[in-house]
Amino acid sequence: MMEDKVIIVRNLVKKFGSFVANDNLSFDVNRGEIFGFLGANGAGKTTAIRILSGLSRPTSGEVMVAGYDAGKEPEMIKRNIGYMSQKFSLYEDLTVKENIMLYGGIYGMKLAIIKQRTEELLERLNFRDYANRIISDLPLGLRQKLAFSVALLHEPRIVFLDEPTGGVDPITRRQFWEMIYETAAGGITVFVTTHYMDEAEYCDRISIMNDGKIVALDTPENLKQKYKASTVEEVFIKIARPDRIQS
Amino acid sequence: MQNAIEASGVSKKFGSTTALDDISFTVGESEVFGFIGPDGAGKTTLFRIITTLLIPDEGVVNVFGTNTVTGYRELRKNIGYMPGRFSLYQDLSVEENLNFYATVFGTTVKENYDLISDIYTHIEPFKKRLAGQLSGGMKQKLALSCALIHKPKLLVLDEPTTGVDAVSRSEFWDMLSKLRRHNITIIVSTPYMDEATRCDRVALIQAGKILVVDKPEIIQSGFSRKLFAVKSVMKHQLIGALRKYPETITAWPFGDSVHLTLRDNKIDQSLYSFLEREGISDTVIIETPAGIEDRFLELMNKPE
Repeated sequence: MMEDKVIIVRNLVKKFGSFVANDNLSFDVNRGEIFGFLGANGAGKTTAIRILSGLSRPTSGEVMVAGYDAGKEPEMIKRNIGYMSQKFSLYEDLTVKENIMLYGGIYGMKLAIIKQRTEELLERLNFRDYANRIISDLPLGLRQKLAFSVALLHEPRIVFLDEPTGGVDPITRRQFWEMIYETAAGGITVFVTTHYMDEAEYCDRISIMNDGKIVALDTPENLKQKYKASTVEEVFIKIARPDRIQS
Repeated sequence: MQNAIEASGVSKKFGSTTALDDISFTVGESEVFGFIGPDGAGKTTLFRIITTLLIPDEGVVNVFGTNTVTGYRELRKNIGYMPGRFSLYQDLSVEENLNFYATVFGTTVKENYDLISDIYTHIEPFKKRLAGQLSGGMKQKLALSCALIHKPKLLVLDEPTTGVDAVSRSEFWDMLSKLRRHNITIIVSTPYMDEATRCDRVALIQAGKILVVDKPEIIQSGFSRKLFAVKSVMKHQLIGALRKYPETITAWPFGDSVHLTLRDNKIDQSLYSFLEREGISDTVIIETPAGIEDRFLELMNKPE
């Protein structure tokens, strides 16, 4: 596997007034890696992801995403990443084709390319029969596959996934992970955030945040060994102890 | 001993969509009973029928011997329901919400305080805070307190742990276990298979049908074949290669490995050689016990 780094974070600090949301984070994510970004509610994950995706600037420190500086070139970052959330990704009252066209337009792709990619995508997903169907008529599993493909439409170097397989049946879930593996094998980095530790088990490496800091970063297997745990969930509960009352 | 819930032949359609298709089950008194299945399986519809909020098209549900359709007035006093969506009054404080729910059910917070004290003490320091300003974990604790404040005999929790982090989730299940000593029957739904082991019995539910009902360990042991966990750094290639192997029945990604079933239930040298020819030489294969999710997959694949 190539060792290019598509995310480089050095001493990232983000403050809101006197509150330190990200406290000196440093980590790298490799090309084609499936990286799980975990932490309890309020640990600072969302703040970090907003910076990594060009929506917010760091207070200090260096953040490079897809070769661009998150402090100076956030617009370039936005063009080079994809995003998909389990909660919202597609417009439910538009058709499959309309959604693809809309996202292509938003990402500033040329019409001819959008058309070509739309055809490829429909073919690859076996979606021909659904092209003119409204999203809300599609089963959840199909919607999810489409949402993921749409997030990759503009050929980003990194795709951010928020709880990608929450709530889907076990077969759909596996088909979705297979798509993720395929994507990663093709050199695209997959950055997964989730509350569900069994999703974390699928990642190449995971980091766990607590109180604004990264407190663990390794492969799931190494973390399980280190913390003498049989699952990532146990690891997480052992090390991510948020203040029980504030939680 | 009376059953807490007896459901037989329950069906419900919304237009042309079948939400529940001829469902039957019983829940014993003081059981913690889980309904486990993906979004859209019919869990919420079923819970609305049990809580008397929805009338089934066909079939009958009795809760503590009382019919949910004809006896709804009586039953509502005995049921505590925590819907999936946070449904407390966001512009009332923690304390006001709790008092409100107690009053609606003709009781007081004081009268049943012992029932909720374990849970409520976590949020009591914030009792003046508006419910809308609580964190996810605290909202969940308040909603549970409100569902319990009239001392129901049946507690119905619709996806209480969805969107909650692992630590709060684990605490939540601990709280439910503690409620057992108050003789409350609990039914709880979740899309997360790993929560099955926290229940006495579970029903696996998919597309409006119950696939199986039993103790979680019995469901797991119902897996019909030997299961192997196969590991390689090249996961994507590994899945493809395993599916090409002539002896393979199923190969599904499962955490850091691929779960494999084989026609003759044994691993031999030919599999390693096959994988090597496919360019995968770092394979590690071990036999592994099947989990709830493995069994769920097997039941979903079973031909009708």
